[in-house]
Amino acid sequence: MSLQDKDRIFTNLYGYQPWNLAAAQARGAWDNTKDILAKGRDLIVEEIKASGLRGRGGAGFPTGMKWSFMPKEPPKDHAGNPRPSFLVINADESEPGSCKDREIIRHDPHLLLEGALVAGFAMGARAAYIYIRGEYIREAEVLFAARDEAYAAGLLGKNACGSGYDFDVFVHRGAGAYICGEETAMIESLEGKKGQPRLKPPFPAGAGLYGCPTTVNNVESIAVAPTIMRRGASWFASFGRENNKGTKLFQISGHVDKPCVVEEEMSIPFRELIEKHCGGIRGGWDNLLAVIPGGSSVPLVPAAEIMDAPMDFDGLKAVGSGLGTAAVIVMDKSTDIVRAISRLSYFYKHESCGQCTPCREGTGWMWRVMERLRTGDAAVEEIDMLQQVTKQVEGHTICALGDAAAWPIQGLIRHFRPEIERRIEERLANTAVAAE
Amino acid sequence: MTDLEEIQTFIDRFVRQGMRGALLPLLHAVQEEFGHVDPKAVPLIADALNLSRAEVHGVISFYHDFRTAAPARHVVKLCRAESCQSRGSAAIEAELSRHLGVAMGNSRKDGQVALEPVYCLGLCAIGPNALVDDRPVARIDSAAVERITSEVEA
Repeated sequence: MSLQDKDRIFTNLYGYQPWNLAAAQARGAWDNTKDILAKGRDLIVEEIKASGLRGRGGAGFPTGMKWSFMPKEPPKDHAGNPRPSFLVINADESEPGSCKDREIIRHDPHLLLEGALVAGFAMGARAAYIYIRGEYIREAEVLFAARDEAYAAGLLGKNACGSGYDFDVFVHRGAGAYICGEETAMIESLEGKKGQPRLKPPFPAGAGLYGCPTTVNNVESIAVAPTIMRRGASWFASFGRENNKGTKLFQISGHVDKPCVVEEEMSIPFRELIEKHCGGIRGGWDNLLAVIPGGSSVPLVPAAEIMDAPMDFDGLKAVGSGLGTAAVIVMDKSTDIVRAISRLSYFYKHESCGQCTPCREGTGWMWRVMERLRTGDAAVEEIDMLQQVTKQVEGHTICALGDAAAWPIQGLIRHFRPEIERRIEERLANTAVAAE
Repeated sequence: MTDLEEIQTFIDRFVRQGMRGALLPLLHAVQEEFGHVDPKAVPLIADALNLSRAEVHGVISFYHDFRTAAPARHVVKLCRAESCQSRGSAAIEAELSRHLGVAMGNSRKDGQVALEPVYCLGLCAIGPNALVDDRPVARIDSAAVERITSEVEA
């Protein structure tokens, strides 16, 4: 029942073939894109809505609906001139554990560029900005080269694909800030400012890049759009459970025998995903401790609960976590789980942009308490205090980084409180012995 | 020491392209051309883009990728992410640090070489990996450490 080769969207995920235009066209990219555009804006948006595609960047917002928020008629500025709309593609993949956009850009960049045209046309955008993470140097080179190929072939630019629609794609390099993956921070960064998130509303669909209507989408959401248009919404919707449709790139890392990035059907049970593609858990299923199923910002799930859970948005929500970017981090019983979460806390402390006080101060607090819990040099009451601090950060910041810093700690306390208490007791016992 | 006039000419050439939101691309270009963004270039950049010096300074210090001092002549970036660690990058780090005579995250006093951490170069299957002056080196072992050392000392 799992995904067959004929139904894969990313046919060159592992780079066995070249990424260039000729090879991409042989694999089916840029195949009669003009006809897709000829269907018209509304039909494309309807088709994407019908396919049930949910945003692949983490939040899982329905992509078709997001596109439909863009204004039908361009809004006028104060002089009465129409303002352009923009599509921004989020390739600032910095979530620890995530590595899917990187593979798409390295080996199949033309799927992304074609998707940019289809999506940009569907929302009436004048141009697409692809914001690529500063660390992705080779990937940015590929993307620049692929874009030039597409321009030279007349697939982008004036009269893109012979459709009569003018569409530009700009590639913009980031400079090493995790927070720029947040949509409004990305817009700020594109404008040449510090990447500090904006307050919403106004939402980007009303006033985004340079104050113009803007939609920010993840690389994977955009790259799958042309294939959905060619093969039909019902094909895409035939995978996965109700409300969690389609195929998805899973990135499995950690204590499995063969870590990998693989395209699979949504809602595949965790056990099947690991057995089929990763050669099982290191040391067998009894050795599984916990799993972070969606990149570092979602709470961890202990072994017993995750084993048979379906890997999709609703299935993982039901076990108190989330699908996120589907970056599955597997941890076996050799993991020092408190240290692992403490390390993540340090990451969020380092990456907080410093704009909102609860996050700027709270991430530092949380990390320092986590470090003391790691060594056991704390009082038992501090566990509750830490839980309380996470609650004071969560939901009280402009963007979701505060939440992302709080959730892993909440997950740890929820599932591994006895382990934290054991460390404190052990430390107390040791100091008592030393004192004698 | 880079010449201010040289920087000014470079900035003027860039600004003539008339790009919107040009600050980050300009900083990238300056860093690529001169190796770093000299604090003395900040007023020139601010002036060229009609921004305040504070705004330019804020952006430079916000993003990790921009540096304000000249880098060492050679930079060795060793991957410390999980995959490379599981393939023994911690031992390589100690060895490299001993051979080069510089601790992780520092530049050597004579400015010849810097050893920096990097988190994933996307070559996890053939780790441990490093980037020696923007050239990826894979499957690093003791012999490779010696090769890298003689390369950067030259």
